[in-house]
Amino acid sequence: MTTEAAVPTEPKQAVNWSAIRADFPILDQQVHGQPLIYLDNAATTQKPRAVLEALRHYYEHDNANVHRGIHELSNRATNALEAARSRAAQFINARSADEIVFTRGTTEGINLVAQAWGSKHVKAGDTILLTEMEHHSNIVPWQLLAERTGAQLVYLPVTGDIGLLDMNRLDECLTRKVKLFAMTHISNSLGTINPVVELCARARQLGVTTLVDAAQSAGHRPIDVQEIGCDFLVLSGHKMCGPTGIGVLYGRPEVLEAMPPYQGGGEMILNVEFQRSTWKQAPHRFEAGTPDISGAVGLHAAMDYLEKIGRHNIAEHDQELGAYAYAKLTRLGQGIRLFGPHIGRAGLVSFRLKDIHAHDVVTVADQRGVALRGGHHCNQPLMRKLGVESTARASFFFYNTTAEIDRFVEVLGEIQKFFGVA
Amino acid sequence: MFDDLSDLYQQVILDHCKKPRNFHELSGATRSAQGHNPLCGDQLKLFLAMDGEVIKDISFVGSGCCISKASASLLTEAVKGKTRAEVQKIFEQVHEMVTTGRVVGDVGKLAVFAGVHKFPARVKCAILAWHAVMAALQGEGQPVSTENDET
Ligand SMILES: Cc1ncc(COP(=O)(O)O)c(C=O)c1O
Repeated sequence: MTTEAAVPTEPKQAVNWSAIRADFPILDQQVHGQPLIYLDNAATTQKPRAVLEALRHYYEHDNANVHRGIHELSNRATNALEAARSRAAQFINARSADEIVFTRGTTEGINLVAQAWGSKHVKAGDTILLTEMEHHSNIVPWQLLAERTGAQLVYLPVTGDIGLLDMNRLDECLTRKVKLFAMTHISNSLGTINPVVELCARARQLGVTTLVDAAQSAGHRPIDVQEIGCDFLVLSGHKMCGPTGIGVLYGRPEVLEAMPPYQGGGEMILNVEFQRSTWKQAPHRFEAGTPDISGAVGLHAAMDYLEKIGRHNIAEHDQELGAYAYAKLTRLGQGIRLFGPHIGRAGLVSFRLKDIHAHDVVTVADQRGVALRGGHHCNQPLMRKLGVESTARASFFFYNTTAEIDRFVEVLGEIQKFFGVA
Repeated sequence: MFDDLSDLYQQVILDHCKKPRNFHELSGATRSAQGHNPLCGDQLKLFLAMDGEVIKDISFVGSGCCISKASASLLTEAVKGKTRAEVQKIFEQVHEMVTTGRVVGDVGKLAVFAGVHKFPARVKCAILAWHAVMAALQGEGQPVSTENDET
């Protein structure tokens, strides 16, 4: 695990994290009579006031349909959508806004590629390479494609509880039969940060197309698609301070332009006749129907917000919180089983308390105001491999505090007492 | 402050969760059925030895949360010696109780599950074993899943 996307150095300024926390009105509340401690950020993050205000401003001043009207509001809405596209391009260092397709989120981005790209390029006997730590949304669309085409799925293994990709098995898995290699940047259940630069470079040498699932990384660290060297990258706005219902698919221009449409409808056509139609160029070819304009506006505000804090600062702070939690949890000794890498982990921790089911942990934690996630985290095959049905997970974002983590660990102690295992 | 919690995890439930009764396979079983909760991965398998219409013996194996394990354990005690029709009636009472909190008639020890209705996410855990026993009695070979019904 050497070359993760290197982080260009930028002068470090001190960040006032407690002032930043105050940007999130939802965090200031009680749940079951206890102060809310929101530790389910890998599922979705909370939204700062700047995003809520951008949505409100859009609907109060600029709302209209896009690319259709000639009137003033339609122009403003179109400009807002296209400004968000340019902002997204800049946010992930794409070369141009034409490389940015708006989607509903990561899941739709992957389905779009599996259908539009997959139906053209994947045939019987081909291989699609995934990793064992993929989210269901980066497995099932490929299964559907494999069923349609007769292609085969191969998985790069994960090395047990420590949760690293087994790089010794890469050569054997990544062969010339592989048409596409889809990999997650950060695992939502293990916290592993994968060496996507190296993986994409190895794939490129063999002419294999690559897709990076950046759902868990895009809001947490700088993303540079040119440096990663992937053909596709997908992300979800709601996991990075944006609204639900909007996401981004980045595609390398040569690859996007050669792809047939995903869905048909308005917005994506040049000319429609009764028997056939011609399509717009990318990215509009892949955006049939009225897009989520307000979602794009909200995502734009979210990207501005994250950039203002500085994604290097966020990455560092997240990892500090993750490492702090991991170290504290390690002290529970035999009472806890921890998953994922010991060092270099992202800001989340998956665990099982000995003899207590994850759902019981989550239910009791909730009564004490601590929002955790318990279950298979949309990683059923991985869970089976680890020999568990479920884990509990605490996932952090920059607005969480070490005091919240202290309380969370204290609550785990109370849970052990409650169930009589400590 | 934790009243709801102690309603959910009553002492009887904690006890059955830690020491489930009839927790083994059954060699003389004439019927069996599986229950699966895909959301949390809970897996139960029930074994029934029928004597005509009567459940002569019953047991279960599997893994799950405290609520689903205790529910299966208490179920085995509640239905042993009962007829198919009697079990159907208890099932309806338990279903009503865990979804609404209303206790209809005498449900005996099973009344400890009345607190579950305050935890909508956990209703499926409490009802899983009951769906499995109904499936076993109806002789459906298919595993029952908490995701194929409206609880
Ligand atoms: C790694 C990863 N990939 C994909 C997804 C799916 O994202 P969405 O539900 O926003 O499409 C998630 C979200 O849980 C995720 O963590």
